[in-house]
Amino acid sequence: MALLEVTDLNTRFRTDDGIVKAVSGVSFTVESGETLGVVGESGSGKSVTFLTLMGLVDRRHAEVSGSVRFDGQEILGASGKQLQKIRGRRIGMIFQDPMTSLNPVKKIGWQLEEAVLLHNDVTHDEARRRAIEILKEVEIPKADTRIDDYPHQFSGGMRQRVMIAMALINNPEVLIADEPTTALDVTTQAQILRLMTKLQEEHGMAIVMITHDLGVVAELSDDVLVMYGGRVVEQAEVDDLFTKPEMPYTWGLLGSLPRLDITSARLEQIPGQPPSLLHPPSGCAFNPRCAYAFDRCHEELPELRAGAVGEGHRFRCHLSDDERARIWEAKKASLGAAEGSAA
Amino acid sequence: MSDELLVVEGLQKYFPVTRGLIFQKEVGQVKAVDGVSFSLERGETLGVVGESGCGKSTMARCLARLLEPTGGKIVFDGRDITHLNRSNMRPVRRDMMMVFQDPYASLNARKRVGAIVGEPLEVHGIGSEHDRKRRVQELLEIVGLNPEHYNRFPHEFSGGQRQRIGIARALVINPKLVICDEPVSALDVSVQAQILNLLKDLQQDFDLTYIFIAHDLNVVRHVSDRVMVMYLGKPVETAAKQDLYTGPKHPYTGALLSAVPIADPTAGRARRQIVLTGDVPSPLNPPAACRFHPRCPRFVDGICNVDEPELNPAAGGSDHRFACHFPLERWPMDEDEIRRRPAVAAGTASADLAGTTD
Repeated sequence: MALLEVTDLNTRFRTDDGIVKAVSGVSFTVESGETLGVVGESGSGKSVTFLTLMGLVDRRHAEVSGSVRFDGQEILGASGKQLQKIRGRRIGMIFQDPMTSLNPVKKIGWQLEEAVLLHNDVTHDEARRRAIEILKEVEIPKADTRIDDYPHQFSGGMRQRVMIAMALINNPEVLIADEPTTALDVTTQAQILRLMTKLQEEHGMAIVMITHDLGVVAELSDDVLVMYGGRVVEQAEVDDLFTKPEMPYTWGLLGSLPRLDITSARLEQIPGQPPSLLHPPSGCAFNPRCAYAFDRCHEELPELRAGAVGEGHRFRCHLSDDERARIWEAKKASLGAAEGSAA
Repeated sequence: MSDELLVVEGLQKYFPVTRGLIFQKEVGQVKAVDGVSFSLERGETLGVVGESGCGKSTMARCLARLLEPTGGKIVFDGRDITHLNRSNMRPVRRDMMMVFQDPYASLNARKRVGAIVGEPLEVHGIGSEHDRKRRVQELLEIVGLNPEHYNRFPHEFSGGQRQRIGIARALVINPKLVICDEPVSALDVSVQAQILNLLKDLQQDFDLTYIFIAHDLNVVRHVSDRVMVMYLGKPVETAAKQDLYTGPKHPYTGALLSAVPIADPTAGRARRQIVLTGDVPSPLNPPAACRFHPRCPRFVDGICNVDEPELNPAAGGSDHRFACHFPLERWPMDEDEIRRRPAVAAGTASADLAGTTD
């Protein structure tokens, strides 16, 4: 049984302008110890999916349906009290901006201890010891003195380490990381990603990595979900996704990425803008920007179906297997002969 | 007149740090840009990369004279503009335009698109109102917007479209040099590709020279002819794009290149990564001599922290310059290899190096 099992999750926000279909029919599973990468552009629904399953969307303005089972137990629509036993304890979360996620007027130590005291029956001293221990684990130098510093006394990378420490302090089984390195410089990003991989090996937790950066996904993930317009449009093992993507949007994403290891004179661009979730296009959400769209794409939403490779690789596209294979082969050739030179 | 559009020598920008409310006394200086020299040929693109706080944006602002340089010299189109006053600077500004990072903050929300794009024309008193409108509509079309959107407000456009408006505004008076400060970092990848392609097309069509500032090495590689890598206010390496990306000499450049995640799992696994320790130090109190030495895997006590390396050309007198006592011998290298530097390096190093390392 999967550790986290999401089935047909829908999130709709009621706004003055109408109903925003932020997440539509999203299903996936996370096994313990694995890393799931979730990629998509802004407005693709990737963050809202995970805010919904953690019970962090405001139910007064949102309609939520579907099922989220964590360790066999249904948690969608669970009461705040029930969720409290899971959130921050069995499922940890890291947000994008470490400055706004930490309380600026409380010491780091206080914030870490709070997370321990909330979930465990321990004394303050024990909580403090645990806080120092976890700060050492995320490689903060001089942890026993820095614990009495305020967030502004830390650099961006160090703050993100504190956020990771806070998420891991109760040894969660799943860590949901929402763009954890987007606000950081590349060398700091490399440090944080390496740290997360190390901690995963030591603690054996599952990681959900939400990001817009295909490089980060390729680096860390076992499985990948590609999201577009609030839906999963492709899901596959990481190698399959990058070597044999099946969906025109994924092709476009890979082609529009300038890369260190490939020289191309011109980037392939996806025309137009990401769709409005208020008035999504009929049929396939990608059809207005898709070079291969035909009549059926405008009328009918393609199912998330498996292709020639087997059940593990699913995608939404009306093009036939032959057609897709032909187009991808042609694209791959134009994507660059320098592919092998990276190693 | 030479083929060089812009020559910068020893550019410096120091910001004073003051204390006290009424009687402010200077207690220090932030050396945001500290000795940057380069020249830029017509029609070429110089990419400037570096992490936050390395001074790349401050440098751009000094070049456009939005900030007053503390020292050094800027020669633009054969004319020294370092200390020109406002009125003498005005005609120069026609030839030098900027595109900014944040397309939400850099457009006046209360003005219509036509007024925003046409403002440079108005400021410089070019053409009649009718001519200006025609020119603006022409530019909107060139950057891929509908000329009929002339009367709309910025909030009616998406991020990518706003960046197009920013580009149209920069190009409306036919500048020679366009300084792009992180023009695509606020955009989604699919939209980023559109803007990068647009900038390339415009360069060809209008013979533009670009200074392209970005923190994303992939993007810089895609657009640049030459690249300058900055660290704490100083360039540490400059080279033709191909040389820099295939054979970096400075350990910092190497670390930057190896830190970029590759969107290909197979290549990513094969990659040898150099992960730096620590953070970029404060420019208020930069490390002595080579500013990179506290984080450098090739640090040698007694040399790197005593003697500041010059930005010297590589052997063979090529255009490849770097400031390092112990440059990388080959590329790629992994972390162990990079620590095993040759015992004696380039002239300055003494022979007893082997034992002094950590």
